[in-house]
Amino acid sequence: MTKEENPLQKVCIICAKGTIEDVYATLVLANGAVMEGIEAKVFFTFFGLDAITKKQMNKLHTGTIGNPAMRMPGGLPFPSLLGALPGVEAGVSTMMKSQMEKLDIPPVDEFLEMITAGGGEIYACKLAMDMFKLKQDDLWEDVSGVLTVGDFYGMCGGTNTQIIFT
Amino acid sequence: MAQVEIANKMVDVTEEGYLTDPSQWNEDIARAIAEEIGISLTDKHMEVVMFLREKQAQGEALTIRKVGKSGIVDIKGLYKLFPGGPLKFSSKIAGIPKPVSCV
Repeated sequence: MTKEENPLQKVCIICAKGTIEDVYATLVLANGAVMEGIEAKVFFTFFGLDAITKKQMNKLHTGTIGNPAMRMPGGLPFPSLLGALPGVEAGVSTMMKSQMEKLDIPPVDEFLEMITAGGGEIYACKLAMDMFKLKQDDLWEDVSGVLTVGDFYGMCGGTNTQIIFT
Repeated sequence: MAQVEIANKMVDVTEEGYLTDPSQWNEDIARAIAEEIGISLTDKHMEVVMFLREKQAQGEALTIRKVGKSGIVDIKGLYKLFPGGPLKFSSKIAGIPKPVSCV
């Protein structure tokens, strides 16, 4: 790999969904950025707010219905009807989390701490907060602020900045 | 792969400057690589470096989370020691391969 002449300097990542895979994609992207010395700002909106809501952040699930990429352990197809049974979604989610833990991928709260330890910043969307009747107190302590989309865009300037929507 | 001279010793390195054989490493090499990155090594740096070398020798995948739980330094402290590359720079200085982990 040769050295990039005009390297990426900042990523602004938007997460609007609250499933394990959407939230972790966001967290891995943000953490990977700060580990490379790239500035990272993350904006959680709509169901993505679950990732930074104290009550929900460590209880995220993955959807077991309508996900054609879902497989049984061993690779057999996972019937959607099975995914609809009570407890299946929770079981699958627990299994996913234990697989991630084996790869040293932390729970959501610890992952956010890792990102902010590296200088990454975490923001919540004001509109979505109003919609879900959430208050600042409901959020994880180290959220840097509750922003309008305009405020967020205001932080996304500068050369070699990319906005990523997960 | 190429051979370069670091701190008066010929070592094998990758294109990005990571040592390919950790046994060719010594503290003078660590200091020279660190200087090139812009880090002046303290005892704390060396503790992290030795921890990484030990774990790498045991075949463990390295992550900043593991360093954070080592008791040597927390993750915030690790970023302070190796700004802009907590795992990448520390591994390079430790004379071990470039980390392949995303955490």
